[in-house]
Formats: sequence, structure tokens, C-alpha cells
Amino acid sequence: MHAVCSVRAVENALQIQIPDNARLIRNIIEAAQYVQDHVIHFYHLHALDWVDIVSALEADPADTADLAQSISDWPKSSADYFAGVQNRLKAFVETGQLGLFANAYWGHPAYALPPAANLMAVAHYLEALDWQKEIIKIHALLGGKNPHLQTYLVGGMAVPLDPDSQSAINAHRIAQLKRWAAQAHDFVAQVYIPDLLAVASFYKEWAGLGGGVGNYLAYGDYPQDTSGNPSSLWLPRGVIFDKQIGNPPQALDHREIREYVTHSWYSYAEGDGTAKHPWEGETRPNYTGPKPPYEFLNTDEKYSWLKAPRYQDTPMEVGPLARMLVAYASGHERVRELVHQVLDHLDVGPEALFSTLGRVAARGIETLVVAEQLSVWIDELAANISRGDLAIHNGERWHPSTWPAEAEGWGSTEAPRGALGHWVRIKGGKIVNYQAVVPSTWNGSPRDAREQRGPYEAALIDTPVADPERPVEILRTIHSFDPCMACAVHIVNRHGREITRVKVA
Amino acid sequence: MDPSSPGLEGHLAQRGITRRQFLRFCGLMAATLALPARYTTRIAEALSTAPRIPLVWLEFQDCAGNTESFLRATDPTVVDIVLEVLSVNYHETIMAPAGQMAEKSLQDTVEQFPGQYIAIVEGAIPTKDGGVYCTIGGRTAIEIVREVCRNALVTIAVGACAWDGGWPAASPNPTGAVGVKDAVPGLKNLINMPGCPMNVANLTAVIVHYLTFGELPATDSMGRPLFAYGHIIHNYCPRRGHFDAGRFVEEWGDEGHRLGWCLYKMGCKGPQTYSNCPSVQWNEGTNWPVGAGHGCIGCFAPRFWDTMSPFYERLPNVEGFGVEASANRVGLGIVGGVTAAFAAHGVVSAFRARRHPLAAHEEEGPPVQTDGGD
Repeated sequence: MHAVCSVRAVENALQIQIPDNARLIRNIIEAAQYVQDHVIHFYHLHALDWVDIVSALEADPADTADLAQSISDWPKSSADYFAGVQNRLKAFVETGQLGLFANAYWGHPAYALPPAANLMAVAHYLEALDWQKEIIKIHALLGGKNPHLQTYLVGGMAVPLDPDSQSAINAHRIAQLKRWAAQAHDFVAQVYIPDLLAVASFYKEWAGLGGGVGNYLAYGDYPQDTSGNPSSLWLPRGVIFDKQIGNPPQALDHREIREYVTHSWYSYAEGDGTAKHPWEGETRPNYTGPKPPYEFLNTDEKYSWLKAPRYQDTPMEVGPLARMLVAYASGHERVRELVHQVLDHLDVGPEALFSTLGRVAARGIETLVVAEQLSVWIDELAANISRGDLAIHNGERWHPSTWPAEAEGWGSTEAPRGALGHWVRIKGGKIVNYQAVVPSTWNGSPRDAREQRGPYEAALIDTPVADPERPVEILRTIHSFDPCMACAVHIVNRHGREITRVKVA
Repeated sequence: MDPSSPGLEGHLAQRGITRRQFLRFCGLMAATLALPARYTTRIAEALSTAPRIPLVWLEFQDCAGNTESFLRATDPTVVDIVLEVLSVNYHETIMAPAGQMAEKSLQDTVEQFPGQYIAIVEGAIPTKDGGVYCTIGGRTAIEIVREVCRNALVTIAVGACAWDGGWPAASPNPTGAVGVKDAVPGLKNLINMPGCPMNVANLTAVIVHYLTFGELPATDSMGRPLFAYGHIIHNYCPRRGHFDAGRFVEEWGDEGHRLGWCLYKMGCKGPQTYSNCPSVQWNEGTNWPVGAGHGCIGCFAPRFWDTMSPFYERLPNVEGFGVEASANRVGLGIVGGVTAAFAAHGVVSAFRARRHPLAAHEEEGPPVQTDGGD
């Protein structure tokens, strides 16, 4: 995601328009990323906050089969199949080496699923692990490898197209892409979405918890043409204040973004109460926290390595929920249809969207919408090739000698976990300033100069914790944001002291 | 065989995988490790009976790219590894517990299995300013990595960052980031698996090698397994014939690009990068960067962000074409002819005076792109 964002920043600075095929290849890569990443998030990074693996050992596989067959046509749903999964799990537990699953909160009263549903979820946890490494081969085909694709270029993509060459994207490669796209869609439609709805129906109280700041920002993504115009974005751009989804979102102006370091371990030349647009941004570390090892951080002072980005001085939530709300408010038809279906299924009103459960549901809705669109873009790429359009790169400004003496630009994308922006200033053929504002700094930001809390902190307020020693409720809300591992998360108790650093995933 | 028996083969039997298929997998593993075929049986025995060795996976200044790579494991899959091959006791990204309970899983392993667990390290370790740039639960990365790795049976540094600091250590290295070998001086049983990220096919091969032979695979002077890092990409590149014949991609999307010609003039670092990418490839052998149409960026090489950039500038100092050609016993006449073709393509003029890229990290600051190729 950083790769596409960085080349877009430079393309914006140098006013480069990419060929249509490069646009489509980028869309296909990103769509595959969404589908894989969201499914991994649901099953492997978040599900175990809701699913009790130990309870799955007690399930009657016949009950699990009945449940699975009642919600989906997915073929792997026989009692024998689930018995096999359960036996494998039993054999694992009987070794006494619980590995990744040791020391979790199994048996916690907040776990609400019946054993049959827990077994179904465990089976799909394992299936999803095998599935994800297959469908992400879309990236290997178009990017050389996954992770860390290598074919992004300023001006296009380094993926040749040629129906008459075995060293380029040809009909055979298109067929492979189509096969993986179908595999991606089927799992989402037949496993992920039914599981999501089944699990959510047991946790409807979470539709009233974990809301947070109530402001949502999306840069939008998946351009439908090469104009660079925000109106071309298939997932729209916009800003929603105060949960107002009844009207179209406000147009986004990136110049309204400012970052504070008041409570961050950085300093600004003009003082730490000031805020800076990323083109003027500074990254000068200024650690003032306790000498490690330490137990607590003093949150009255600086307490985070994250800066605090704000839009019009207001904290913003980014991510699938923000994107789906902006799409909904913008009149995106398929998104509106699915949002209504999910709300009807769970028998909750639209206010349920602004919650921990709303975040989980929005991620699922988005995955399905994108999985449906994946094959459309592959077809469009094939259609271009059959018309003889093989262009993948605009090389007019490839050589630095063609650049202006000075240029500045910004690039945006919607990473699976939220809005990602890169800002670049170029002088004399060199970068003189480069700033990235990443999704987890929006969501995980510390307080700003006006002491406004960021989305994680705001979302935890009023969350009931049944057992402070085993705060699974905290994990449910924090994980619902899909925090970046590389970013700091601090949980502060009512005395204002950090009680733990949550391992986030 | 008895499906209740421990080990990989037992669980494969439960999944309806025959012994014949299992042995074929073992044969593939032997091939990845460049072992003679007779080792297939030995690998099969080891995998059928191996106790589940505990594994802890540490993440410091990282992007989880090696974790993502790990999740793409195929032979065995990550499900097999987690449930049957090893006991993965600690891995921040994918473990179920969080916070203090997660740290307990790490401490339990270190205390209960001293000298008996595998430590995998992903990410660089910042050393500047007392290590404050990366802390977990209030402890610095440097404190954690020293405690965990010094008590480990084996340490595997995965990815460029855990090897030599990688991207966090790229000039000007603001946090004083280093790799495991420098963070834990004198560490025994350290295997380095650089790459951005490492290729999981090689990681699973190292693990299987260890389970089979009870020792680590042979390494080079930098601690990298020879089976994966023993050969220069250029020498095994499927496009090598085009290099020798002087057929080069000149522009992205030109006829040569579409026909799979050599990417050397577009900046490919294959001639100076040691990696088995061309043979093992990525994502279950689906593809690799050169196969997709982009040059190698040298991510398996030392300090590659500083030494291999600018990525689109051609290498100035490719190991003499004539030398390799004569080593390959190509006739002198042919060498002369191809060298002439080389000059005609403007390659010879590209070998302008410049220090060897592997020495470049000693210079002040990173090289700056001034020439984007033709």
C-alpha cells in the first residue's frame, strides 16, 4: 500500500498521468489485498476475541454441520468434516503444548457463542489460513512476489502485457487471475459473510459500544479512469462529521490536515502546541518518557511515538467503517444495499453502525463489494489487451532531467486499515521532505493541543470490563480498528496510568 | 499408519495424504536444501517422530512482512507448523493472548525451556538513546532480544532488518538500528536469512533441516544458509541468455519487455545478489520479481537500501561478462562477438567509474538518484 501511495505522490508532484492498464493492474492488486487482508483480520487477528476455541472441543459436530448448512452452501460442512477438525484440535490440545493459544481468556463469561458455532469458526480459521496463500498469488503474478510487490513504477507498472508472449500477461495469465478471483469471492460470500452474521447475532450489545469520535474520513480509492479526478474514485472520498450520514459527505481538502506532537515524542521548531501540514512536516524525535524498563507512562505529558493528525482540527476515524459510511452517504448503490441487508439481518437500526460491531460489519461488507468488483477489473484489463492497448507505463518524466526545479505532491490510497497519505517535496531532482500519515496514527493518535482524544481512546470510554485482569472487552474494540503492529497502543486506566501495552495485530 | 501417531506424517494421514505423497514432499524439501535424494527417507523419519520444539517469534522495528511471508508457507503450511510441527508459543501478530498474558507466554517459554527453543527475530533493534525507540511492555527491544536469544537453542534472523538493520538502519539510521548479530554479539547458532522479506520456502527448509539432522544447514561467512544464498541470481536467471546475447529491455513496456528480455539496463541487481529466487521463486513457485517484469532490487544483499539504490540505475560493475563466459567455456570467438553486441547496446559505456556497491554504505549518506536509466 505504501508502494502505490509513494508512486502516486510523485506522479502528483510531476503531473504524470498513468496508462489505463496500469490503473487496472493497481486496482486488481489492491482489491486482492483487501479481500485477503480483511479475511485474515477477521479470522486470525480478531475472531478469537469472540470465539472460544476451548468450547469448540465440546461441540457435537452434527450440531455444527446443521448450523453451517443452515447459513451457507459452502461444501465443507458435513458432520464428518467438523469431527475431523475437532479431532485435530483435540490431538493438539492433548499434547499439552498450546502454543499460540496458551494464556488466552478461554472460558471468560463474555464469550457468548454456543460450542457448535465455536467449532464452525475454528474450522474456518484453519481453512482461511490455507485459502489466503492461494488467492494472494494474484500479487505474485502481477507484482513478482507477496508480500512486498515489486512492480510499481512512477508512471505505471512494470508488468508487460502481450497476448502473444509467454513472458507477459497473456490469456493464460488472465485465466489464472480469474480463477483466483473466483476463489476469493466464493470464500467471502459463502464463509466469511455467513460467519460474520452468525457471530454478530450473539454479540448485538456491541452495536452500542466502542463508537469513538463519530467523525469519519476517507480519501477514497480505486480510480475508474486515469483523470486523477476525485469523482472518478469507485470508493468515494469525503469527510463525515458527527455521524451525519443522511447528507452527502463534505468534500475533502488535504490542505486541512494538520499533525500535532503535543503528546508525542517529537518536537516542532515553532513549539509543540502548533500543528503542521505534512508538506511542512518535521520528524524530530524528542523522547521524554521514563527510562526503560518501566511500568507506566505519564499521559499528562508526551506518551506516544504517534503524531496526532487532525482534519480541520478534529479527530477522525479512518478504515473500513469510514469508507463504508462515506460510500453510503455518497449514494454508492451496492454499499447501501448491503448495509441495509446487514442491519435488517441483525434487526438493528443505522445507529448500530457507529460501534465496535459496526466496524466489524463494515469490514465484511467492504470485502464482499470489493471481491465482486475484482473480476470486473480483470475483465476490463482483458478487454484492453484484446483491443491492442498494451501500454503500461508513461515514461515522459522517467528521467529526472525532465523534472521541474521544484515540485510538491501528495498521494493517497485506502489501505485495508484506513486512509494512507504520502506527501513529497522535490527540489533539484532530490526529495527535500517526505511525510507519511498512516491509518493507525489517525486511529491511535494521542491527544492533541486541545486535549481531544483520538479514536481508540475515545472508543474505550464507557466500555464495561467484567474482569480487569482479563479485559477481553478492550481487545474487542481495539482489534476492531485493525491496528498496525508497528504502532504503539497504550491503555490508560482511570488513574491515568498505562496498565498494559496491548499486543495488537 | 496409525493416524494418532505424532508428527507431521500422522496428521497428513488424518487428512488423507498418503505415504507416497508425504515422501514426495520430503523429496521436494531435500531438493530445496540441495541434498542428495537418499536424504528423503531421513527427512521423513525426522518429521514423523520429531517432538514439537517451542518457537518464539520476536518483532521489533518491523513491518510484519516476514510474518506475512511465514503465513504463505506451503510445505509444511502454517497450519501444519502451528498445530503439529512446532509449538509456536509467542508471535505477537497471530497469537491469541494479548498484553501481559502474551508476555507471560514469552517468559514461560524462556524459563521452562532454557536452551531448548527456537527464536525467530523479525525487525531491527534500535540501540540509540538507551533503546527507547522500540519498547514492548516497557522493556527495550535490546533487552528482550539479548535475554531471549542468549537462552535459545537456535536463533534465526529473518528479513533484511533482523540481519543488518535493513530499512531502519538505512542512512542516516536515526535510531541506531542494528541486526541480531550486532545486538547480541557472539551469539552462537545464529542463522541469517536476509531478504525483504525472507522467502518462507527457505525458512521452512531450514526448520526441516534442523528437525532432520539436529544441526543447522551450512552457511557462508555471513551466516546465510548456502542452499539459499550460495549462488548469484544472474547465473541462474532464466533471462541470462538474453544478457549474453545483448538483448535488453530499454523502456518499460517495449517489445523487449514484453518478450522477457534482460532487465539489466533497467537497473536489475541480479548480477550482484546471492539468492535462490530464480529457482525457488515465491508464493509456491508462482513467480518472482524478474519473472513479473521488474529487475531485482538486491533485497537479499547487505545494506541493500543504501548499497543497491538507486534501484533503476544499472550496476556499474557487473562481474566481467568475459570472465563468466570463459568460465562457462564459451569459445573466445563467441565472447568477442557478444562483447561487441554489448558495446552496441550501450552497456559498456554504463560501466562508469564508481565504487563497488557493497562498499557504498561506508560513504556519508545514501547515494542519490541522478540517473533514472535510459
